[in-house]
Amino acid sequence: MEPRIGVFVCHCGTNIAGVVDVNRVVEAAAAWPDVVFSTEYKFMCSDPGQHLLNDAIIRHKLTRVVVAACSPRMHEPTFRKACAMAGLNPYLFEMANIREHCSWVHEDKLAATLKAIDIVRAAVAKARLLEPLQARMVPVTPKVLVVGGGVAGIQAALDIANAGTKVIMVERSQSIGGHMAQLDKTFPTLDCSACILTPKMVQVAQHPNIELMTYSDVENVDGYVGNFTVKIRQRARYVDESTCTSCGVCLEKCPKKVPSEFDEGMATRKAIYRSFPQAVPGRPVIDKESCTYFKNGKCKICEIFCEPKAIRWDDQDRVVEEKVGAIIVATGMGLIDPHGLGQWGYGRFPNVLTGLEFERLNNATGPTGGRITCKDGSEPKSVAILHCVGSRDRNHKEYCSRVCCMYSLKFAHLIKEKTHATVYNFYIDMRCFGKGYEEFYNRLLHEGVKFIRGKAAYVTDQAYGDEETGKLVVSAESTTLGQVLRVPVDMVILASAVAPQNDAEAVARLFGMGRSPDGFFMEKHPKLEPFATATDGVYLAGSCQSPKDIPDTVAHGAAAASTALSMISRGMVEVEAATAEVLKDFCSGCKVCQDVCPYSAISFHDDTHLAEVNASVCKGCGTCVATCPSSAITGHHFNDLQVLAQIDAAFAWE
Amino acid sequence: MSHFATPMMEVPEMIAEVGGKTLDLCYQCGTCSGTCPWNLVRDFRVRDIITRAQLGLEGYEGEDLWMCATCNACVDRCPQGVEIVDLVRTIRMLIAETGAAPKTLRAVLGSVQSNGNPWSGEPSARMAWAGADPVPAFDGTPEYAYFTCCTQAYDPRNAKVIRAAAKVMDAGCVSYGFVGGGEWCCGDAVRKTGAQSSFQRLADHNINLMNGLGVKKMLVPSPHCLNTFRKEYPELGGKWEVTHLVELLRDLVRSGRLAMKTAVPVKAIYHDPCYLGRNNDIYDAPRDVLRGVPGLQLIEFARTRDEAVCCGGGGGRLWMETPVNERFAVLKLKEAVAKGADTVVTACPYCISMFEDAKTALGLDQMQIADVVEIVAQAL
Repeated sequence: MEPRIGVFVCHCGTNIAGVVDVNRVVEAAAAWPDVVFSTEYKFMCSDPGQHLLNDAIIRHKLTRVVVAACSPRMHEPTFRKACAMAGLNPYLFEMANIREHCSWVHEDKLAATLKAIDIVRAAVAKARLLEPLQARMVPVTPKVLVVGGGVAGIQAALDIANAGTKVIMVERSQSIGGHMAQLDKTFPTLDCSACILTPKMVQVAQHPNIELMTYSDVENVDGYVGNFTVKIRQRARYVDESTCTSCGVCLEKCPKKVPSEFDEGMATRKAIYRSFPQAVPGRPVIDKESCTYFKNGKCKICEIFCEPKAIRWDDQDRVVEEKVGAIIVATGMGLIDPHGLGQWGYGRFPNVLTGLEFERLNNATGPTGGRITCKDGSEPKSVAILHCVGSRDRNHKEYCSRVCCMYSLKFAHLIKEKTHATVYNFYIDMRCFGKGYEEFYNRLLHEGVKFIRGKAAYVTDQAYGDEETGKLVVSAESTTLGQVLRVPVDMVILASAVAPQNDAEAVARLFGMGRSPDGFFMEKHPKLEPFATATDGVYLAGSCQSPKDIPDTVAHGAAAASTALSMISRGMVEVEAATAEVLKDFCSGCKVCQDVCPYSAISFHDDTHLAEVNASVCKGCGTCVATCPSSAITGHHFNDLQVLAQIDAAFAWE
Repeated sequence: MSHFATPMMEVPEMIAEVGGKTLDLCYQCGTCSGTCPWNLVRDFRVRDIITRAQLGLEGYEGEDLWMCATCNACVDRCPQGVEIVDLVRTIRMLIAETGAAPKTLRAVLGSVQSNGNPWSGEPSARMAWAGADPVPAFDGTPEYAYFTCCTQAYDPRNAKVIRAAAKVMDAGCVSYGFVGGGEWCCGDAVRKTGAQSSFQRLADHNINLMNGLGVKKMLVPSPHCLNTFRKEYPELGGKWEVTHLVELLRDLVRSGRLAMKTAVPVKAIYHDPCYLGRNNDIYDAPRDVLRGVPGLQLIEFARTRDEAVCCGGGGGRLWMETPVNERFAVLKLKEAVAKGADTVVTACPYCISMFEDAKTALGLDQMQIADVVEIVAQAL
């Protein structure tokens, strides 16, 4: 039986119709063989548009449908569903992209119309050869892996656990808490960061539905939405978790001091340590790299003083395998390396600090117990806070880091509160967009903080004149005044740019995620799905997706949790039917396909010497199909005949 | 005149048309003004020029336009990638067409037109620095063609640098020959003052001459020649491998072809020429050479390498009058004195001139101004 093809050309308002003559496309299509119906409509994706499709399938007994509209990314599922409603197998539908591939990128209307006709003709040629396929439903493992124990991961884990679903939280450092645990006060309300965060950290540790693995890394991820298998390496702690009482005597007795990561290197910790006093879990770990015993076989002082006998020198890394249905990546952000920001003096002048260093300096649990002092112990008489250091700067990070304006205001407030210093903010634009943020800015104006609109050009200790002697001098133009200022101060705080974590590339590869040009993890849709990724079942939470402040991070964590939960609670997931299949008779067993498959969907059977595609894991990307030297792999929905017909038609000029 | 100003969009359009494509990228942060060395001695805001040019407001074409020494410090720091120096050059070009260039520059450009050099030097006297001693001429056979900077050929102080260079190259058995008197100014300063057609004429002449001589590798003592030959000449047909003298010196010392045995007991402070450092990333070569000089103690200015403050001689400023208390070289010489240096070492004829002038102005008879190659010549 000959196929009966229907062609529907969408105006997309003026997005397509403003450039492409849609009526001419409709007329052209009507003349092609097997096309029994063709029409146009303003918005095919709208409810009436879908009805139109539905009615036409029934009335004209269509067996193939081509919609010429936008990218299939957004609306292929919409139209597939509409076809299914009318009783047509959804894989007998083909989409022609005449928006992104045509109207949006061309100005010449006639040429664009002719190109649109070519695109639609190619889609029709492929549609003719489409075969019905059946999507499969597979059950979901009702458990979620949360990677990263900052406030985003904590929020996501608690929301999921409270809904009754099991969670595994993996955190690579000794304690959960993330950057928020390093902060003293939070803008704009100035509530104590520890006071609002530590109860949530404790809830995570005590929650019956959450299994917490700190000092651990995810090593491998296999599987697909609803059915992932993950390998987690729990690094050797050398402290027995069940015996240790977290009494802390070992922390006092250990003679080996190393720079504390939590204190940004401004204070020391011991070789046996917990990140900070309120760490969760509170049980310490031995840092093998720093421990004297591991280095030269002598010491064991911690063991001598450990009353419950919890030290285990023979402890080993453990690798556990877990099955989960969804993964939430909440690996957080890093900071730009301030050593690359030479003109602002970091690393050259001891009283030039990064934002996080100042956070620790100001923190009651920090190196000075919260006293704001210069390196020599004196109280600064003046402090400059430099905004946009490395942010909004093509030499470094092009994006706005989104948190610096507000934490700079917070710093200014705290300095004013604790010292008698004059505080200068050097800014390009004040970006105080959140709830209560502008009001906070206004409050700071009342507090007498000085604002200079102009980016600090450099910091120097070279004095021209007595008032500069012994000071750090900030050079900047007051752009409102039109005058270059040299401002002598005792301390400079760099609001240095937020950056992707150093290992973001490896983490992206591990979880099958993309990265946007700024280096942060790529969301599925920038507006509608900022918490999902291109890999089904892998979600994003917090500042690993883009710089975020605490309210946005928490909201993002909750959004990721609810999206993961809605998938988990359906119990079953539909698995893509457009997958690859190995034709056994042609397979030579060369295994090339296995190497190129980005989803590890191809297994090799040693007994039969044949490759096999796991249809549940296969995403239908076609890489193996194109690579196979024996043409032994066919891609359903994109088989050679279909693709060749499409290419022939595309170049069949009329 | 009314108290308000009205934007005139023809101005930014005109600037964009002649090459100033990055004008509109400026978001008014003031980094350029804050970085600019002028503000250490007087008020000068390059951002002001840019903003006025963006909106076509009066003032972008004023006297300040001729202040810029094209040191590139602002360009390096601009967060928006605005090619500030090139914009200044473009605007100067538009203004120069109306005949509004400063008077002192007009004499210089006239000399370039009639003599092929900015120093009103007789073309026939270009090799006069050599005196009666025979010097090797480039005839196509040596490895390097040595291109003398006009400032070295005609300024007696800088001529000493060529003689030192010849001595050092002979000692290092370098295969070289002097281009020999037919060369004209490379055109860097001419171009930066906006005299585009004069620049084109100089470049065409030099390219024909050099290609005719069969030049493959060029050795230049001036970072301005270096920058122009490397960045402007290739698209005009001058495609040679261009090496600055300090790069060659570093290679000679490293490979052991040049032995520095005589102690030069000075406390030297090195000044980074803008066109060598910021424009061509050559920071280590001169320092490596100086560190190999026996008895020499090398110290640094407070702001050095990519942060170095300009001598004030680029972009045509060498030929313009600057009050003594507004000269960067004076400022830097004072710093050198305060740091206890007895020698300022650099690697650019313009810097040598500016520092020698500053030395005279400050009456610092004991202070020595030297090119790197002069120090090396002493150390042989």
